[in-house]
This record gives sequence, structure tokens and C-alpha cells, in this order.
Amino acid sequence: MSDVEYSDDDYYDDEDMYDGTQDDADDDGMDMDNEDFQIDAGPKRKPYETEHESLSQAEVERLMRREIEQTRNILGTDESVAGLLLRHMSWNKERLIEQYMDNPSKLTDAAGITIPEPPSPASAAPVRSRSSRPSSKPLPHKRPSPSKKDEPFVCPICFDDAPGLETSGLDCNHQYCIGCWTAYLSSKIRDEGEHFIRCMAEGCSIVAPDCFVHASLLRDEPETWPRFKELLARHYVSCNPSLKFCPHPGCTNTVSCPGASSKSSLLSIVPTVSCGARGIPGQEKGPDSITVAREHKFCFGCPIDSDHRPVICNVAKMWMKKCADDSETANWIKSNTKECPKCNSTIEKNGGCNHMTCKKCKNEFCWVCMGPWSDHGTSWYSCNRYEEKAGIEARDAQSRSRASLERYLHYYNRWANHEQSAKLSLELYKKTEKKMEEMQITSSLTWIEVQFMKKAVEEADKCRETLKWTYAMAYYLCRGNHKELFEDNQRDLEHAVEELSELLEQPIESDTIPTLRQKVTDKTVYVSKRNEIVLDDTANGFLEGRWKWNVHVDGFDDPDPADLAF
Amino acid sequence: MASISARRLSKELKEIMNEGCPVGITLLKAEDFVSWQFTIQVMGESLYKDEIFTLLFRFDRDYPISSPAVQFVTVDGKVSPVHPHVYSNGHICASILGSEWSPVLSVISVCVTLQSMLASCKKKERPADNDRYVRHAPDNPKKTQWHYDDDTV
Ligand SMILES: [Zn+2]
Ligand SMILES: [Zn+2]
Ligand SMILES: [Zn+2]
Ligand SMILES: [Zn+2]
Ligand SMILES: [Zn+2]
Ligand SMILES: [Zn+2]
Repeated sequence: MSDVEYSDDDYYDDEDMYDGTQDDADDDGMDMDNEDFQIDAGPKRKPYETEHESLSQAEVERLMRREIEQTRNILGTDESVAGLLLRHMSWNKERLIEQYMDNPSKLTDAAGITIPEPPSPASAAPVRSRSSRPSSKPLPHKRPSPSKKDEPFVCPICFDDAPGLETSGLDCNHQYCIGCWTAYLSSKIRDEGEHFIRCMAEGCSIVAPDCFVHASLLRDEPETWPRFKELLARHYVSCNPSLKFCPHPGCTNTVSCPGASSKSSLLSIVPTVSCGARGIPGQEKGPDSITVAREHKFCFGCPIDSDHRPVICNVAKMWMKKCADDSETANWIKSNTKECPKCNSTIEKNGGCNHMTCKKCKNEFCWVCMGPWSDHGTSWYSCNRYEEKAGIEARDAQSRSRASLERYLHYYNRWANHEQSAKLSLELYKKTEKKMEEMQITSSLTWIEVQFMKKAVEEADKCRETLKWTYAMAYYLCRGNHKELFEDNQRDLEHAVEELSELLEQPIESDTIPTLRQKVTDKTVYVSKRNEIVLDDTANGFLEGRWKWNVHVDGFDDPDPADLAF
Repeated sequence: MASISARRLSKELKEIMNEGCPVGITLLKAEDFVSWQFTIQVMGESLYKDEIFTLLFRFDRDYPISSPAVQFVTVDGKVSPVHPHVYSNGHICASILGSEWSPVLSVISVCVTLQSMLASCKKKERPADNDRYVRHAPDNPKKTQWHYDDDTV
């Protein structure tokens, strides 16, 4: 191996890659050789970040066991009873203890632990109580009740009457063969996602304790037991407002985010969290490694399963609803083809960049506003800003509604464009990745040397996500100085991202790699800083109560009539 | 080895052959373990006096762990009873066919339950959402997420 190839390079300067932390580097594949990429990785949390912790299923199970243990000590029941009671009470320990102290048998009856006594005759004492503490033991492989000892057992479900047929039943002692129990439990768990499974007998309310489920699945369906445990963990997580299950397919991690567990907290923070995992479990090394290896980011505060910073959940949801309601009006925008504003020939967009050049007349224009590209990137660049003058002057209802639609389309257009560009930039990345592989084979460039492209595409992607949501925010922000400053930051970020996207679409030739690499690396750092500024400033604005809306937003003061959007 | 459903259904069939069906219920067709048909009528005084209906049972491999798909036949001149829990396409909204199903129940016990559901009917009318439901209903009533508004069925 020739070291001449690397002699004038500093790619190996970064000790990180070789000091035994490769595992980390492999994990996300994104550790860069240039320290410029390590942007402020300090311990201090940024204003737009929300403290959270990722828990594996095993860790969630530990939390569950701890609560069961505490409950069991207070109530003096066994573990299985405490667990079933907690599940029955949606893990609300305080209410459980209160109700249990009040009337234990009523609660254990309702939770399917004990068999309700038949209604007592009118003469009986009005309050019945049972002195014995309930306990639930598994009754696997139990023979039928002694009274029927002489008759051969016939399973009432499958009618199997083989001698020595293994049977089992719950505390109610309804006996069925093991095969039927296994099939029944498996069907409840797999087909119905049920973890609170009642006895098979008609109208019987006794619930199968975990150890019974385990014993019944052990022999013929051991693979269903983990599914059952996952259902238990999911139920626990769903009952706890400071926990949320990672919504990414196949992931079993949970995120704990106590800071975002109340509705009011969501008025000033955007709790974007990550479970720490990437990609689809078991498919990390798939052919589309870039797409499947994306970090499991989601919003802790609402069902949007991506990073909708900088805009808060309520406003993001309003925007999503608005887009869904108006989808038909706006559908044409999503199209990938437009006409050149000069010669009217059809132009297709096939990259993330908005700088278009007509093949026919060489006209350079902006894909979003269709204006001349020469204006963009200069001080009077205002592709992101909507000029409201038209709306103020509009007096009659018809022109007002047209102005209102125009205003919406301005923001929607830019929103949709960033979404589209992000998709296209992934396409671009796949192409780039191929080129990167080719270069490694046909030239002396190493895997590390070509990674800057990947980092740049990821950064552009991240910033487009931010930009996308800034348009949702700007649509609802009321006019004024604050909005103007917001739009200045938005413009600067957008401009930087466009420049980076343009660099990324340049042809990659092996002899221009070093210059391209330097340019792309510098631009990536700059873009990342611009993104930081937008996120920082918006997050601080929420904390300071600086943002005012032009519509009613739940949890905020109603806007001034003068600020209302038409 | 035969599946649980085949063994269980052959046993149920044998019992029907040996002991016959309860009054008002007759076996019409049971040539395989996929679908059976029964006629059902309400005995004595009721809103359905002199009316005979045909019930169709469809079984999957998981019967009786999973419930059978049960509906009234509405082809070949047959009609479904006019009842607040029976749709004009023959689908039935009854909890024992869904959430309250127990593997211990049998084909005959379902027939008997539906027979008494008809017998106790106070007013002949279709469910309020009949037209809307029938327009979008799946072929198999088990695919419908039923909402049981009445605990007695
Ligand atoms: Zn059995
Ligand atoms: Zn039971
Ligand atoms: Zn995850
Ligand atoms: Zn959210
Ligand atoms: Zn042109
Ligand atoms: Zn523009």
C-alpha cells in the first residue's frame, strides 16, 4: 500500500477514527475527518433542544417491575396480582391503592383476578367482604377437577380426548387442553394486540396472569412471548405522560421526556426527540443505507413523526390541517415540471437545487418564485417574503379571498418545495453514493475522503426540514418587526442551503475533488451555523413570549383584531 | 393431523346428526368445513311468525379460537329479518360474534342466541345506519369493527 497517496492529506489527522472508537463511528457512519464538522458538541443544551432520555424495552421493564414491587409491598399481594391491578388501573398507583383500601374484592373482581360472587339474596348483609388476600398462581398442566376424575377428559374446544392430554386453567378452573390455550393466547396477542386476556369460557372474567401466558406459549409458540412483553411495555408507556414509544417501524425503544409531558410546556418548546437508533432494526445494511439509516427522530408532543422545529406543535398541527383541507387547490404545485418563464418550454426539476437553467434559452430563474435567479442571493432577495400590500388594498370580498388564497399559496409553495427538494436530495445522495463507490474503485480515494458529500447532503436535508417548517410558522406569524427579523434569518438560511445544493449537483471528477471537497465542507459548516441561528432565535422567542399569531392558537392570547389574517 | 377446526366441526356435525337441531333450527347444508347453512325460525308468538330465514356460517382455520363469520343469506329470494341489529345485507351486529366470542360456543349455540334475539324483538326496524353501512360494508362481516350499543345481544 502506497502512503504517497495520502502524504499531502490530513485525512488521518483525526485520531478519533483509529483510537478504538470505531464502533461509534460505524454506528452512525458520520464521524467526519474534519474537525470543523464537530460543531459545538459541548455539554450545554441549546435553547431549541429538549432534554430526553432513550430507554430500551428492558429498561422500561425495569421501571414496571419497580412499580409492581412498590405496589405489592403496600397492598401485601403477590407480584402477579399487583401487576394485573396496575394494568387494570392504567398504572395509576395512587388511585389503585385508594380503591383497593376501600374495597379490595370489588377491585380484584373487576381486574379479572378473583371470581365475582353470585349476587347475594336480598336478606344477606349489604356489605360483603372477603378476608383472604387474593393470590394468583399459575395452574399449568393441571388435571381436571377431582370430581370428574373417573371420566376421561375431553377438551370442550377441540374435543380432543387423548389419554394423558395436558390441560390447564386459570383460578376459575375452566380446563382446556394446552394446545387450545396456546392457540387462543397466540391469536389474542398476535391478531388483536391484547395483553389483558380473559379465560376462554363464555362470560368468564378471569384474566390470564403473565406466568400462565408464559407457560402456555413456552413449548409451541415461544416467539409469541416477546410480542406479549412488548405489548405490556407499550401499555405501560402509553399510561405514562412522560414516556412515548418510538413510532419508527420495528423499533421497541421508548423516549422519556418529562419536560414535555404537560400541554402547557408545548406552548414554548418543540420537543424533538430521538430514541438513538437509526434505520429499521435488522436492515441497517440494506441497499438504501442512507434512507434506512436515518435517525429515529420524532416529536414528543404531537403525532408528527419528524422534526418540526422551529414551530410549536399546535401551530404545526394547524398548518397540517390547513394543507390537508386545501390539498386540491394546492396540488398543482407539487408537480415536478413547470414552464420556463421566458420561452415556455417545459422544464423538469430533478435535483434539490432551485436554481434552474432553461436548456433551450439559457434563462436562469428561481424554481419557487419563477423570478430571475440574478436577484437571488443579493440584498434585495425576497423570495421567502410575502408582500402583503395586495391584501391590504383588496376591499371587496372576492378580491380579499383571492388575496387570501394567494397568501396561502406563497407559503404552501415554499413549504412543498422544501419537502420536494428534501426528497430529491435523497435521490441525489443515492447517485452521489454510487459515484463515491466508483471513485474508490477507479481512483486512490478512500472511503473517508468521500464522506464529506454524505455529510453535506444530510446537512442540506436537515436545513430544508427547518426551512419547510419556518414557512408554516411565517404563515401564522403576525406582521411586524419580529416577523421581519424571522424572515431575514429564514432568507439567509435558504440562500445558504441553495448554494450548498448547487455545489452538490456539480459533476464529481476525481481531479477536482480536493477543491470541491473544500468548498462543500466550508459551505456545510456555514449552512449549519445559519440553521442554528434560526432554531436558536425562534426557540428563544417562544421562551420570551415574543411570537404573536395572526389567528387564534390554543394556549395563546387572542390576536389583536388588526393583526388577524384575512 | 386434522386441524383443530376440522376436528371440532366434524364433532359438532356428528352431534347435530345424532341429536338433531333445537326446535326451529334445521341444518340446510354442511358439505365441508368452510361454510354451513341453517334455516332458522322463531317458534310461538313473535314479530317473525311464519318467517323463515337462512343463516350462513363461514369458518376459517382458526375456528373455534376465532369466531365464525355469521350472516343472514340475502340471495335467491331470501331476505334478512327486519331487526334493529340486522342489516339489509344480512350482516348482524351481535357481540357474541365479535368481542364476546368464546371458543366454547358452538354453531348451534350461535343459532340459538340469534333465534332468541329475534324472539325478543319489540319493533321491526333496520339499524339507524343501515344505508350507510350497507353501501360500504365488507363482504365478510368479521372485517367490520362493530360497536355494540346493546349488551343483551
Ligand atoms: Zn383443546
Ligand atoms: Zn374461566
Ligand atoms: Zn426508534
Ligand atoms: Zn409536535
Ligand atoms: Zn427557456
Ligand atoms: Zn425565488
